[in-house]
Amino acid sequence: MIPGPFSYHRPVTLADAVKLLSTLGDDARPLAGGHSLVPMMKLRLATPEHLVDLHGIDALKGIRRDGTRIVIGAMTTQHDLLASDEIARSLPILHETALLIADPQVRYRGTIGGNVANGDPGNDMPALMMTLGASYRLEGPGGARDLPASDFYQGAYFTALEPGEILTSISVPAAAAGHGYAYEKLKRKIGDYATAAAAVVLTMAGGKVATCTIGLTNLNETPLLATDAAKIVIGTSLDEATLKKAAAAAEAIMSPASDARGPAEYRKHVGGIMVTRALTRAAARAS
Amino acid sequence: MAKTQKTHVTMKVNGEEVEGLVEPRTLLVHFIRENLQMTGTHIGCETTHCGACTVDLDGMSVKSCTVFAVQAEGAEIMTIEGMANADGSLSALQEGFRMMHGLQCGFCTPGMILRAQRLLKENPSPTEAEIRMGISGNFCRCTGYQNIVRAIQYAAAKINGVEFQEAAE
Amino acid sequence: MNDMTPTREQREAKLEGMGCKRKRVEDIRFTQGKGNYVDDVKLPGMLHGDFVRSPHAHARVKSINSEEALKVPGVLAVITAETLKTVNLAWMPTLAGDVQMVLADGKVLFQNQEVAFVVATDRYAADDGINKVVVEYEALPVLVDPFKAMDADAPVLREDLAGKTTGAHGPRKHHNHVFEWTVGDKDLTDAAFKKADVTIKEMISYHRTHPSPLETCQCVCSFDKIKGELTIWGTFQAPHVIRTVVALIAKIPEHKIHVIAPDIGGGFGNKVGAYPGYICAAVASIVTGKPVKWVEDRIENLTATSFARDYHMTTEIAATKEGKVTGLRVHVLADHGAFDACADPSKWPAGFFNIVTGSYDFPTAHLAVDGIYTNKAPGGVAYRCSFRVTEAAYCIERGMDILAQKLGMDPAELRLKNFIKPEQFPYHSALGWEYDSGDYHTAMRKMMESVDYAGLRKEQAEKRAAFKRGETREIMGLGVSFFTEIVGAGPSKNCDILGIAMFDSCEIRMHPTGAGIARVGSKSQGQGHETTWAQIIATEIGIPSDDIMIEEGNTDTAPYGLGTYGSRSTPVAGAAIAMAARKIKAKAQMIAAYKLEVHEGDLEWDIDGFRVKGLPEKTMSMKDICWAAYNSVPPGMEPGLEAVSYYDPPNMTYPFGAYICVMNIDVDTGVYKVRRFYALDDCGTRINPMIIEGQVHGGLTEAFAIAMGQEIRYDDEGNVVTGSFMDFFMPTAVETPHWETDFTVTPSPHHPIGAKGVGESPNVGGVPAFSNAVNDAFSFLGSTHIQMPHDYWRNWKAAKNLGVFA
Repeated sequence: MIPGPFSYHRPVTLADAVKLLSTLGDDARPLAGGHSLVPMMKLRLATPEHLVDLHGIDALKGIRRDGTRIVIGAMTTQHDLLASDEIARSLPILHETALLIADPQVRYRGTIGGNVANGDPGNDMPALMMTLGASYRLEGPGGARDLPASDFYQGAYFTALEPGEILTSISVPAAAAGHGYAYEKLKRKIGDYATAAAAVVLTMAGGKVATCTIGLTNLNETPLLATDAAKIVIGTSLDEATLKKAAAAAEAIMSPASDARGPAEYRKHVGGIMVTRALTRAAARAS
Repeated sequence: MAKTQKTHVTMKVNGEEVEGLVEPRTLLVHFIRENLQMTGTHIGCETTHCGACTVDLDGMSVKSCTVFAVQAEGAEIMTIEGMANADGSLSALQEGFRMMHGLQCGFCTPGMILRAQRLLKENPSPTEAEIRMGISGNFCRCTGYQNIVRAIQYAAAKINGVEFQEAAE
Repeated sequence: MNDMTPTREQREAKLEGMGCKRKRVEDIRFTQGKGNYVDDVKLPGMLHGDFVRSPHAHARVKSINSEEALKVPGVLAVITAETLKTVNLAWMPTLAGDVQMVLADGKVLFQNQEVAFVVATDRYAADDGINKVVVEYEALPVLVDPFKAMDADAPVLREDLAGKTTGAHGPRKHHNHVFEWTVGDKDLTDAAFKKADVTIKEMISYHRTHPSPLETCQCVCSFDKIKGELTIWGTFQAPHVIRTVVALIAKIPEHKIHVIAPDIGGGFGNKVGAYPGYICAAVASIVTGKPVKWVEDRIENLTATSFARDYHMTTEIAATKEGKVTGLRVHVLADHGAFDACADPSKWPAGFFNIVTGSYDFPTAHLAVDGIYTNKAPGGVAYRCSFRVTEAAYCIERGMDILAQKLGMDPAELRLKNFIKPEQFPYHSALGWEYDSGDYHTAMRKMMESVDYAGLRKEQAEKRAAFKRGETREIMGLGVSFFTEIVGAGPSKNCDILGIAMFDSCEIRMHPTGAGIARVGSKSQGQGHETTWAQIIATEIGIPSDDIMIEEGNTDTAPYGLGTYGSRSTPVAGAAIAMAARKIKAKAQMIAAYKLEVHEGDLEWDIDGFRVKGLPEKTMSMKDICWAAYNSVPPGMEPGLEAVSYYDPPNMTYPFGAYICVMNIDVDTGVYKVRRFYALDDCGTRINPMIIEGQVHGGLTEAFAIAMGQEIRYDDEGNVVTGSFMDFFMPTAVETPHWETDFTVTPSPHHPIGAKGVGESPNVGGVPAFSNAVNDAFSFLGSTHIQMPHDYWRNWKAAKNLGVFA
């Protein structure tokens, strides 16, 4: 359980990091919190020749308000998110979700950029970012581009990142005033990935759901938006029959793997329940 | 720096400047245990689950098996060897663990204490639920955690200068 | 009497003897990071070894090519079975009378089996080296399902046993059969079943799991070529046994082997056996002339060294319609993996599983155990239990609940009706044990009152009605467990390891100033022996426990002992300590009589010294006697104050307890919530209540983990699917329930201080309590038995199978 040898690079500017990664090509990997990559390296399932540590780049850190959007630097840790008043105020669901990721030590090191960028279907932030309508800024040798989170995920560990590109920040529209939200995550224990999880952001008007977005974690090889399920609940007061229909619609798009968390059948079933519970809890929070 | 070439690192560990030559892949936990010969920090799983290797790095609790020593260049680190009071007596947490029987085999204890000190710095009067959540990145196989919780409560009370009230069973 | 004279209470308190919550001596160093564990041992020139392991569960090893590995900077040697054959160590004997490959000899029989040992200058180079060894395998058919092991066409696993129709424990029925072990009166039992009003039959599985102490197994071996001496620092629960085993298999004279078990980071049975890592490190040190360290990583630990359980128990109980049990019949299919490396006393192939009649007065019983080989890791250690006792307790405690359900009786009432009565002790069980003491009814009733058992049953009835009305999706279970442990192996008449009787030992040396050292044959892995052993001595000889140093784990200095496992330390070593202390006291009495110029018989013991009967002011303290022992002993007496005791226990001890778990389960997700867990333990005389409580908390937590999800699971190809802390359920502080503890005291009549042992009781009693809670929750929906582990998805599956979602 010792990583293979590698060369270590610690650029202090983004430009240098991009240059390094594009020059070194497939042999190089960016290093953020390292809590996914380093264990893989110890198992020698990942054997990069070069690690480009992004910790030296100040420009990648921090949370700021930009008009109606919140911009979060890729190297912002889960702990930073939890400590941020801005997040607590504008994106409380992000706070709720960050607290359900891994354990305290991992949250001090684990970054939001690493969580959304490595394409691990078990990570919590990707589905949440899709639910929140976030976009990712990707910077590479050809310049910068912004991509909606929902266009980023192509398969397990397979994303829209081009060679040499780094995900540098995440821009999230501040949630509407009075919105309701919930992230429901079923896991076996602290430190585990979700058996199934659902993110819901909605608004209510006159006792009925006005807008709604539903995201699903670890129920497919990519994060999912349950758009049909969301359509079903809009205009309803989330009565039991509607909730059932929504859960069924969400389950219809899930295709989780059978693993030690349970067979696929179970994971889909509880995926539906997470949707139901997240909807109910979100609605109760909406004003 | 090249793969096999050793590089010079310096950092402050328990208030003292230390240095050493390491490969880029040298894990911080091995640097502390092998190069610095401070063996109080333990290794229990290598997969970032158990927390036995927890140290304090620039005000954060980190699992030192998942950080490379080169990444700690210039950092301030505290290990269990730096936990006692300046006069050598046991600090409130160390005393709490002993008084409340918060340890048995002692293998998780250094990581647990290091984690608890950061928890109490951030939240000086945690509830039982907050303590349990706060130490959830540290496994203990011996105690069932109940007495660890009491140990941290004892320390919090002592640090806050209030009388320790044992919760009724 | 002036104010300075301490009162009797003050004198007692100063001793910090038995019964007090003495704070632990060990914690001073452990809380400061000054423990000394094996991986902390660093020697000049020390090398590191690491294993190449098999990715296959069953394959022929066609070739091993070390060429590229030897080119890796720092790699010095690659040891294979061929190397080991030159010193006749390619195979090693197991504690169970089988043999085991040290390194793959022609084939591999389980995933992650040791194939080659790479020796390098440091652990990084060793890891680089193992990744460069090229092994060519030819996959063979894999046998995972124990129930298919004895099919006629089952693959042959142990080719080395071809033609051997007899094993260490009698005839073998099949090429994958290890042994059959039977106990009890079959005819009488069969007759009881024929006559019975009511019978139950259920196949109850206790799944494969792993002790997984936080510190893995590790060692440092250092061979001194000039002196011909081998020193081994290792994570050994039984260091003396390791010394003897090494002497026997490595042919090194035993006095030239020094085994040192320093601080150990938890054992739970994992560190009893001898593993290939120890042999390879020793051979590597002999070959290279340098010290060699081997440190197992967590995945290796979970997948290769010593699983526990994997017992599949077909359980039948016969009873009258009034609920009086009349017979017990159990057949066990015991999955031993690739080699029978069970850590049991040598004559007990299924450990003490014949404690399976439990706490109940069964007039007759019959037990048969078939051990079989599969393509899984070897082991079969007593993970926080006496040998196979947790399996037995689970079997009978589940069985009693199933019987209660069939009879329509309350499970607690059924137990009360069938308990061995206090006046029946010493009680001879149908399967051959003599229970020393017990008062089961009192313990059970205390538990029921403490938790308001009747009230809980009432709440459960209401909740069930509400569930049936569709008002809740939560079901409630009460898990009652009443266990009898059998610990303290053991009497030489029936317990030995490789021929060495399972005594234990203590040597006490009192120094002139009244302080002393005691060396003991046991070995703490966190149990706090340095604290509690001194308390026994303090009470026995009146010297404060702070003035007694306890030393364990160094075979050069400690008297021969069989080590610490199976809750044997207090029953056996604890007795040796008391007996050695009494020898000290006897000599001290002679010295005191001489100094006080009275007859020995005129003296009586008084807390911390002797006084002359009828003359309370004429006293001599033990401290003063220690001084006198070195300058003015009676004529003809040897000076000094030392004693050694080797204690061969006359019987086992039988701790017991009454546990209850209150649990709610959400049928939609299978998520459970332990609402309450109450554990009443009776471990006889209590030496340190603080430590007992700590042991109970820890054992319950391990029981919780095992019952609710902790499993070593294999897929059909023999791959371990739960081989890291991601998937092997290790509860954190968040999942772990709050524990309530209680006790009664029924001393052991044959133990010098009446103590029985407690470390493993909570695991033995805890597992059935959790499982019974889950099963009790589902029982009203028509379920009889749901197999462990009861993790979320399996609970959901149970609910689904019972038609909850129809």
